Amino acid sequence: MVTKKTVGERIFNCINITFLTILAIACLYPMLYVLFASFSDPIELMKHRGLMLRPLGFTIEGYKLVFKNPSITTGYLNTLFYVTAGTAINLFMTSLGAYVLSRKNVLWKNAIAFMITITMLFSGGLIPFYLLVKSLGMVNTRWALIIPGAISTYNLFVMRTSFASIPDSLEESAKIDGANDFIILFRIILPLSKAVLAVMTLFYAVGHWNAWFNAMIFLRKRELFPLQLILREILIANDMQSMSNLEGLVDVSVQANADIVYFARLLVQYCTIIVATLPILFLYPFVQKYFVKGVMIGSLKG
Amino acid sequence: MTRAQIKTDIIRNKYIYIMALPVIAYYIIFHYMPMYGAIIAFKEFNPALGIIRSPWVGFKHFKSFFEGVYFWRLIRNTLLISIYSLVWGFPAPIILALLLNEVKNNYFKRTVQTISYLPHFISLVVVCGIIKDFTSTDGVINDIIELLGGERTNFLMKPEWFRPIYVGSGIWQEVGWGSIIYLAAITNIDPELYEAATIDGASRWKQTWHITLPGIVPTIVILLILRLGGLMSVGFEKIILLYNSATMETADVISSYVYRRGLLDFDYSFSAAVGLFNSVINLILITSANKLSRKISETSLW
Repeated sequence: MVTKKTVGERIFNCINITFLTILAIACLYPMLYVLFASFSDPIELMKHRGLMLRPLGFTIEGYKLVFKNPSITTGYLNTLFYVTAGTAINLFMTSLGAYVLSRKNVLWKNAIAFMITITMLFSGGLIPFYLLVKSLGMVNTRWALIIPGAISTYNLFVMRTSFASIPDSLEESAKIDGANDFIILFRIILPLSKAVLAVMTLFYAVGHWNAWFNAMIFLRKRELFPLQLILREILIANDMQSMSNLEGLVDVSVQANADIVYFARLLVQYCTIIVATLPILFLYPFVQKYFVKGVMIGSLKG
Repeated sequence: MTRAQIKTDIIRNKYIYIMALPVIAYYIIFHYMPMYGAIIAFKEFNPALGIIRSPWVGFKHFKSFFEGVYFWRLIRNTLLISIYSLVWGFPAPIILALLLNEVKNNYFKRTVQTISYLPHFISLVVVCGIIKDFTSTDGVINDIIELLGGERTNFLMKPEWFRPIYVGSGIWQEVGWGSIIYLAAITNIDPELYEAATIDGASRWKQTWHITLPGIVPTIVILLILRLGGLMSVGFEKIILLYNSATMETADVISSYVYRRGLLDFDYSFSAAVGLFNSVINLILITSANKLSRKISETSLW
């Protein structure tokens, strides 16, 4: 149907498009600024005032320093481990739970579902949780970042909704053929749930990638620290420990070293942000439709 | 079911019960044990004695929290941060969804959407690092203020700026992501309603007001219940990344106080009491919000 656009509508369209464009720029610009700054000459960067539309000069010294910093490289490797192992356990446990809750004829199923729902409404709190993990002997071990959050209840319910929508007939015929529940879950249900599985993988993986708090309270050994915790020291706490190796890396004999260290710090801050966010920024355009799908599945009441 | 029938069912479907076991164990250990552990709020917890053998002290810790100098400050800060986040942050994604819905150019619409979801995936540590860098005395925001003739301020050291920064950056990070669920609700509206309205000569504004908005009201109500239920729960992660001794007056909330007193000062029982108080309030709020909504709009979470 073709309707003539009124003047009011035209004005509205213009304002709307302008507003949304500004919003998109506002969402993107802070990361772009950091990206430009990370390639900039630190001395020019210090002198510069206001917004940046391109790097000031060009240097990759900052990135060199970042990759020479052992805290950051071990942090990166640790994070990769936490993301992989953590997500694998998350997916395994969540699938089990979702499968049990999506089947009919499971004794006490409602009681189990009720027990799980309660945990979304009430929790013992941070301190008892901390003491529990401590008493399980998980402090200063990698387990502390993987096991306590093995299942996200929200994700569990999303997955259950998805499993429940698979026709029962498939399960019944498999049962007649003598398949047990493990075979039904891993050979029939999961292969049919690739979309929800992708969504769950992404939600869990991003969660592990970005997590820092449990690492901060449970880990003392620096060699176990995930990247985000190192990042926090560099960006927030201005902790010298993760930066201290810089002095040795910059040639201090040439100039007053305080200046150089200051510049190096500035640059390293921007570079670590980019290094820590790059995997997400890089993967994001390819996977964002799955994220959106995840929200959609979650918004349907199961 | 008789005991014998239960037994045969468990034997015949043993695999599903084997699958349920790790999930149930997980919930008991990591969710119900901390609930049990919360009884240290009524004890004088001594790590050497353990939870059971530590002596009971009744409501001593609750009393000292209620009578303490920080009680009202914590309640005020927690409530104000939530209320500001609610007032400014709740309508934002709804407005964004409505505006996006008016865009006819699909390519432009999708680009804006994709970019606006992005900040949601950036880690909190990085977001707070960027905030710290941008708002510092020689940061980009102050550069702009100076160019416009204003004076430089170190925003993160000013108590009056803490809430605007917290709430504003929260909106920046979540507005796009939050709009997905509303956009999904909008696509579920029957297109015939719009056709009928166009035939009746309703303007676009009137269609938005009388069709689109009522169409997403159930979604709005559900999300509003969740928000109201969470009024007293402000997460500590972003708070402890952004606050400092200069901004405690406006920044310290219940959860960050629990963290500090419990995990930095080792006042386990006292901070467990504060945490338990907070959990109980949260439970009361979410159940009341749900009840209220069921009464007035027939939409509810359970």
